[in-house]
Amino acid sequence: MRKLIKEFTKGITVENPTFALVLGLCPTLAVSTSVVNAVGMGIAATFVLLGSNIIISAIRKLIPSEIRIPCYIVIIATFVTINELILEAYFPVLDQSLGIFVPLIVVNCIVLGRAEAFACKNKVLPSIFDALGMGVGFTMALCLIAAIRESLGTGELLGIKIVNNFEPVTMMILAPGALLTLGLLISLVNYWQLRLKAKRAAINAGCQKAGCDGCK
Amino acid sequence: MENNFLVSVSPHLRTRELTPKIMWLVFFSLLPSGIAGTIIFGIPALKIIIISVLTCVFTEAGIQKLRRKKITVSDGSAALTGLLLAYNLSSNVPFWLPLAGGAFAILIVKQAFGGLGMNIFNPALAARAFLMASWPKHMTDFAKPFSADAVTSATPLMMIDEGKAHNLAELGLNFWDLLLGRRGGCIGEVCILALLVGAAFLLWKKYIWWQAPAGFVLSLGFLSWIFTGKGFFHGDWVFSVLSGGLILGAFFMATDYVTTPLARTGQLIFGTGCGLITFIIRKYGGYPEGVSYSILIMNATVPLIDRYIRPRVYGTKLAKNKP
Repeated sequence: MRKLIKEFTKGITVENPTFALVLGLCPTLAVSTSVVNAVGMGIAATFVLLGSNIIISAIRKLIPSEIRIPCYIVIIATFVTINELILEAYFPVLDQSLGIFVPLIVVNCIVLGRAEAFACKNKVLPSIFDALGMGVGFTMALCLIAAIRESLGTGELLGIKIVNNFEPVTMMILAPGALLTLGLLISLVNYWQLRLKAKRAAINAGCQKAGCDGCK
Repeated sequence: MENNFLVSVSPHLRTRELTPKIMWLVFFSLLPSGIAGTIIFGIPALKIIIISVLTCVFTEAGIQKLRRKKITVSDGSAALTGLLLAYNLSSNVPFWLPLAGGAFAILIVKQAFGGLGMNIFNPALAARAFLMASWPKHMTDFAKPFSADAVTSATPLMMIDEGKAHNLAELGLNFWDLLLGRRGGCIGEVCILALLVGAAFLLWKKYIWWQAPAGFVLSLGFLSWIFTGKGFFHGDWVFSVLSGGLILGAFFMATDYVTTPLARTGQLIFGTGCGLITFIIRKYGGYPEGVSYSILIMNATVPLIDRYIRPRVYGTKLAKNKP
């Protein structure tokens, strides 16, 4: 059970699709103009991830390795179509604002990447936790970027004005703002990871001096 | 061993040209233009200049302290960036505009790339592009020269871009108005005479070379002469050269050591490219002024130019006859 929890949490922290694996940047940059869009895209991607991971993991022994990519795409596309129809029927406003990026989840590198790297080699239950972890990590990353961009770029958060007398930085809701925010956040994450590694190395070095093996 | 001789690598002759000296001299050669801008546009212009310079200096000191690196603001490069940024702004912008622009220029365009000498793009111009993209209304509301605070008027290039005037006479200006700065525009770009004085000093001291400015001015003038008048070869190239930020850009931004090519031939190509792009933006593009964007675009091509056009190594000669 602990191993399963680890599969879940790694998608949020160590192997966060946006900040650590740097996958699926196209929808990340395009959709993170507002938090509502970010949450919508995150949930849609999680749904597709979950469905495709379950099916691919279940039939992983039946797919010949030479044609595995087209098979994965077909499976993923099925779930994206289901997703698209649900969005069009029950959440038309969200569907409009996400636009072309809903069908583009088919080629979202996160979905295909997890299918290739995890689901085809693991059982169904771990694949479920992996998909959920990646999906939640992706959603959280999207929301963080969207919160920054929306509040700086339009002075509102979730559609509510948060600061008065503030002239918003229009560039933040355009493409350059997206790239800038993402770049700075990735550099921040890298900086923290380096510091963490240095701290751990220092502790380990101290331990090794005393003769023990060092904590991992 | 009693007599230990001091052994060191060449160079053994040191000149007195150091980065701070060069930077501060360029800064001072730009001051006449700022003084002229303050005379033409009033105290608000001085306010913007001071805010911009102080923001850049304090931002650089702040980020270097935060990253626990040596504080190098005394080398004058941050102050120079602040001055150039202020010269690219109109005198009636709100006080926080140079604040945001200066912070962006130093933090993102300069320090995030590695500090002095490592940036690809000219920080002042990239910050101007950022300000233009973020607050276009403030950046295009130019103040009227020699008038009270809140009166605005369009610049000559804006009028031509909107089709409201076609040449100098229709604008109500003459050659001397353009030279002395009796026209709307940015703080540091209007008084051509002051700019040329500073540029002449820098050229005389050989801190900048004629290749980039000449390429820039001549190519833009040539293309304007051919294409902008009624019929070919009838364009008012003097107007094209003296309007907008061309002189400021050609002499002070296209000659920046960090973001322009190393070899003189490369600088000539750089300047010519800038002139070409500026002409295309002014004539066919959506913006009335293209100098800043053209320099930024050519900044991106500098690594390519440097790869193929290397400066001659001191002491070598080009092989004339291959045996």
